[in-house]
Amino acid sequence: MWLTRPLQERSTQLFLGILFFALIVVTVLHLALPEGNPLHVSAYTVTLLGKYLCYALLAVAVDLVWGYLGILSLGHGAFFALGGYAMGMYLMRQIGDRGTYGDPILPDFMVFLNWQELPWYWYGFDMAWFAFAMVLLAPGALALVFGWLAFRSRVTGVYLSIITQALTFALMLAFFRNEMGFGGNNGLTDFRDILGFNLRTDATRLGLFIATGIALAIGYVVCRGIVTSKLGRVSVACRDAEARTRFLGYRVERVQLFVFVVSAMLAGVAGALYVPQVGIINPSEFSPIFSIEIVVWVALGGRATLYGAVIGAILVNYAKTVFTGVMPDAWLFALGALFVLVTVFLPQGIAGLLRKRRKSTDDGSGPSESSSTSEATA
Amino acid sequence: MSIMTELAARDRVFNFLTPTDSPVDVRHGPILYLEDVNVSFDGFRAINNLNLTIDDGELRCIIGPNGAGKTTMMDIITGKTAPDTGSVWFGSRHNLLTMSEPDIASLGIGRKFQKPTVFEALTVFENLELAMAADKRVFPTLTAQMKPKHRERIEEVLETINLQDLRDRPAGILSHGQKQWLEIGMLLMQKPRLLLVDEPVAGMTEQEMERTAELLTSLAGKQSVVVVEHDMGFVRSIARKVTVLHQGSVLAEGSMDQVSNDPEVIKVYLGEEA
Repeated sequence: MWLTRPLQERSTQLFLGILFFALIVVTVLHLALPEGNPLHVSAYTVTLLGKYLCYALLAVAVDLVWGYLGILSLGHGAFFALGGYAMGMYLMRQIGDRGTYGDPILPDFMVFLNWQELPWYWYGFDMAWFAFAMVLLAPGALALVFGWLAFRSRVTGVYLSIITQALTFALMLAFFRNEMGFGGNNGLTDFRDILGFNLRTDATRLGLFIATGIALAIGYVVCRGIVTSKLGRVSVACRDAEARTRFLGYRVERVQLFVFVVSAMLAGVAGALYVPQVGIINPSEFSPIFSIEIVVWVALGGRATLYGAVIGAILVNYAKTVFTGVMPDAWLFALGALFVLVTVFLPQGIAGLLRKRRKSTDDGSGPSESSSTSEATA
Repeated sequence: MSIMTELAARDRVFNFLTPTDSPVDVRHGPILYLEDVNVSFDGFRAINNLNLTIDDGELRCIIGPNGAGKTTMMDIITGKTAPDTGSVWFGSRHNLLTMSEPDIASLGIGRKFQKPTVFEALTVFENLELAMAADKRVFPTLTAQMKPKHRERIEEVLETINLQDLRDRPAGILSHGQKQWLEIGMLLMQKPRLLLVDEPVAGMTEQEMERTAELLTSLAGKQSVVVVEHDMGFVRSIARKVTVLHQGSVLAEGSMDQVSNDPEVIKVYLGEEA
């Protein structure tokens, strides 16, 4: 089975081991130690870490299309935000009559805009199963339509990147409009419960953090399952020699479409888990800068490795948290400098550095080792 | 192909009435049939009333000076370029002009490019695995399992193309000649009915060339092979029938001796070398 194959791989076992170990350590340090203890992990930190894990899942999704399929998407923020909005709509409906205006059905911003009834596209979002399905289906449907049009016309390379960027920009402008019915530039906020649990309690925050960790684990295994299958090798083939792949009888545009849709859905899940943890979703998540930032995480971590994307997302966002605390104005310069330095000196990213190290330590172990390293470079 | 052209040309049954997944029909002899094909790029006529017939199991060499339209002809057959006019049939049942590149490939036309194109990041073994005849739709590919008979088949081809020792190395490290061999190996994995081979011996040593000649001759009979080549020595060593292209149409056709004694051919092509 393609999904269970990664579980037998050492690299995936190692990744999952580290991830679950980290989840357990954070949980224990949060619950078992009293608040005064220097090793105590505060609820604030738990939520911050949960946010990093959402970004890590998003980065894995981008690495799947960029690293293995060669499609540099500069619009993955759009899928992330759509998943986030689907979750946000569910959380809005959960508020019920506890809003400022006390309307049992209409969210506050609609009452404020004098709307009389719920727009049709808000129907069903009071039900968790429907909203959670939409978390996957809304980004998936957008990716399907967009990808079908783009790949069928054989749009590739820089042109495709620019179109994806335009896509997310257009969505940002649309979501800024109050008439769209998604809360305009304020977005959706003031959430109360998720599945009946109060979002403001520490226990719920910890639960969301653990759920995000599990989502990252599943997302990683799904991506790893795809890239180690024959389809994964076909997508590398599409990346490196598209015409050749076509003459072997593969429908390149369908391979691209499948991988792109899977990636968009994963990005949607990341967005959906992000929203309850940060407590707000607004159109700034659609901003082109954010989508470019994701690409920087992946480039920094190392393309076409998946675990590199996770490392990159966590490191860059940790640096961002620290930097914006110390000197907020310098962050964008630091990010730009980081990107330039990595492209020039570490074209393979941090993962490349790790691999070089491993290679030099087991040098001379003969040709049997070369097969695993050559697989890693693929 | 639009329905209007079909209505206008009523010399056969409507294309959409003929099943596309039916086997190739070669009862009438030819496996490939090009008639009155014309292509021009920005006014330049790359292919000019080209007529060409390849019989089932034949090994045919196509020669011609640069710009004679050899590669364009291959592009038309494999569905990469659509001709302005003319018809191209595979067997007597499949109109290639209505089909996409992957459809044509799965029908059994394999192609080796002029510049060797292999998947450099994948290993030699994986290159052959991807080329293997199989269900190439997305989901079957995702769930595909390597079976012992597949492995055997790949091993067999690895031996034929003499790359057993490099099976687990990325194809990017191969020499030019080895890449040519790997690409021929990938063609063999596809089990095609018709192989289109564009300049197979460029960059090969004398011995490698001999082995390639042996390989291509051994294929003929079971499969039909069309070889485009510049190397006259190589063509002479394998050719039974040679077609000379010049300015997008057939200038001469026949055995190597006939062709090389043809005054027209000597004038446009061989004359320069002799």
